[in-house]
Amino acid sequence: MPLKLEANFFEPGQRYWRAYTPGDDFYEALIETHRGLSDEQSALLNAKLILLLANHIGDISVLREAMAIARQDV
Amino acid sequence: MAGTYTYPRYAYLTPPERHDGAARRHPVVVVGAGPVGLAAAIDLAQAGVAVVLLDDDDTVSFGSRGVCYAKRTLEILDRLAVGADCVAKGVSWNVGRTFFREHEVYHFNLLPQPDHQRPGMINLQQYYLEEYLIKRARQLPTLDLRFRNKVVALQPGDDGVRLQVSTPDGLYTLAADWLIAADGARSTIRQLMNLEMEGQVFLDRFLIADVVMKADFPRERWFWFDPPFHRGQSVLLHRQADNVYRIDFQLGWQADPEEEKKPEKVTARIRAMLGDEREFALEWVSVYTFQCRRMKQFRHGRVLFVGDAAHQVSPFGARGANSGIQDTDNLCWKLRLVLDGQAPDSLLDTYSDERVLAADENILNSTRSTDFITPKSPVSLTFRNATLALAREHAFARALVNSGRLSVPAFLTESRLNTADSADFAGAMVPGAALDDAPLRVNGADGWLLDHTGGHFQALLYVLDASALDAAQTAECKQLGEATPPLEVVVVSPKNGIAAGGLRVFADCAGRYAERYDARDGTVYLIRPDQHVAGRWRSFDANRLRTALARASGHF
Repeated sequence: MPLKLEANFFEPGQRYWRAYTPGDDFYEALIETHRGLSDEQSALLNAKLILLLANHIGDISVLREAMAIARQDV
Repeated sequence: MAGTYTYPRYAYLTPPERHDGAARRHPVVVVGAGPVGLAAAIDLAQAGVAVVLLDDDDTVSFGSRGVCYAKRTLEILDRLAVGADCVAKGVSWNVGRTFFREHEVYHFNLLPQPDHQRPGMINLQQYYLEEYLIKRARQLPTLDLRFRNKVVALQPGDDGVRLQVSTPDGLYTLAADWLIAADGARSTIRQLMNLEMEGQVFLDRFLIADVVMKADFPRERWFWFDPPFHRGQSVLLHRQADNVYRIDFQLGWQADPEEEKKPEKVTARIRAMLGDEREFALEWVSVYTFQCRRMKQFRHGRVLFVGDAAHQVSPFGARGANSGIQDTDNLCWKLRLVLDGQAPDSLLDTYSDERVLAADENILNSTRSTDFITPKSPVSLTFRNATLALAREHAFARALVNSGRLSVPAFLTESRLNTADSADFAGAMVPGAALDDAPLRVNGADGWLLDHTGGHFQALLYVLDASALDAAQTAECKQLGEATPPLEVVVVSPKNGIAAGGLRVFADCAGRYAERYDARDGTVYLIRPDQHVAGRWRSFDANRLRTALARASGHF
């Protein structure tokens, strides 16, 4: 399965009235996870988060595609 | 500074209490003649309620302030008979564009659907809105609008409120059965009652300028993250009436407000933004900070708080004045039913419940926008800029770009006034939803659903053929008109037709009603006076409607 690049956030059991709400729910949770951390701690958290999510995705071809996009223009 | 607008001065008149010294008792007193207090007073006075509206000033808002008025607000203003004036003068728009550095990364359309009467948003200087509302207020015989009347003391009681009011002639006392506090973020009424607000202050400053210029910016909202002409900050541009542009520059917390307001400093910022030598003139400049907070409850006995007096949000999303006008739309029909003895006093508690929920939604969305626009930590800024960088090419990232989630009505799905669905429906018109508009033909004339609903309870009965309704059913429909409160049954039908017994028929000529309400032959919607759905069924049953009507008017 190729890398999904369309909006894809949802939470089971939730009904959304506005299209932006699930993405905003995720973004708020992401920023909140970093609250009160130093820059170094935040970098460590981000690394752990990527490893967890990468394992969840599993398909290395999808991960390679994501890594290539992330690398562009950096 | 230049002037495209002449501020009216409204005459102070000696109040009757000062003439004869007698303290009068009024059914409703509203404090604060901004957009929200005016909307409340007009809504009540249009229905014949005697209202005194007190304001400590004698003119309209200085500067453009509120700027953006959303579709739902325009629909409410239509029922207050000022919507057409506002739309005619304002700049209608649906498209918002977001830029990151040199490039557009994202745009949204507030109203991608066809067949709605009102646009997603208009930009209009607040002084015009207030002027139109004051003009309307003065047409209403039961509305007593008193300028330069300032409340200085207040005594709440079980059955009303006593107020002491200061005027150029001195003090006087008046009593009110009900008091609506619409006196803004620094509410005197709230302070006199020692009531607290809880929430968050944001450490940022924004410069706002009303700029008169000939320019060809389209009728759109433009938002820049980190533009070349204002590095590291954000900028927001709105085109308003009379070629007055409203520009908001983010300054950061360290900025000195007095220094930033100096005309030469503001002029240089605008010059950098325009990038050319065209002429412009400053009309109004201000620096603001903001908070997101609300009162725990909006009802305190006989005192009802509306608008900024009850809740405040950051400006990203235009959720301030818009939510205040929706407060009054929610409150006024309930207060009228209580004044008329058609509903229990506890119906007013649902004003607080429903609008607290809406305020929380507004605070949540405007806080999220603020956090995206002004990241609070380096990692937050990194995520923000990564999102913007990905947004140019990838749809998922565009959906995360948050330059303001603009004012839309809350879905009051948790309200005690709703009757839960007992059948399956597609679409968004669930119990608690504000009605979606639809084009209709009524008595042979083109019109809109939202122009023919509101003000009283209605049941919309959809039938494929209006002339096929039998006499017994028609009689049942007519009897509901005698219920407490009265319920008008209206027939909605895809065909033009005449229903027996004088029931009104709305012809769903474009089929949008059937589509948006998932209506089939026999589908009934119960509609509140503020155009929210209270219940819906797949067949007509007068007893079931009576039960739902009782619930929707506070008989739980």
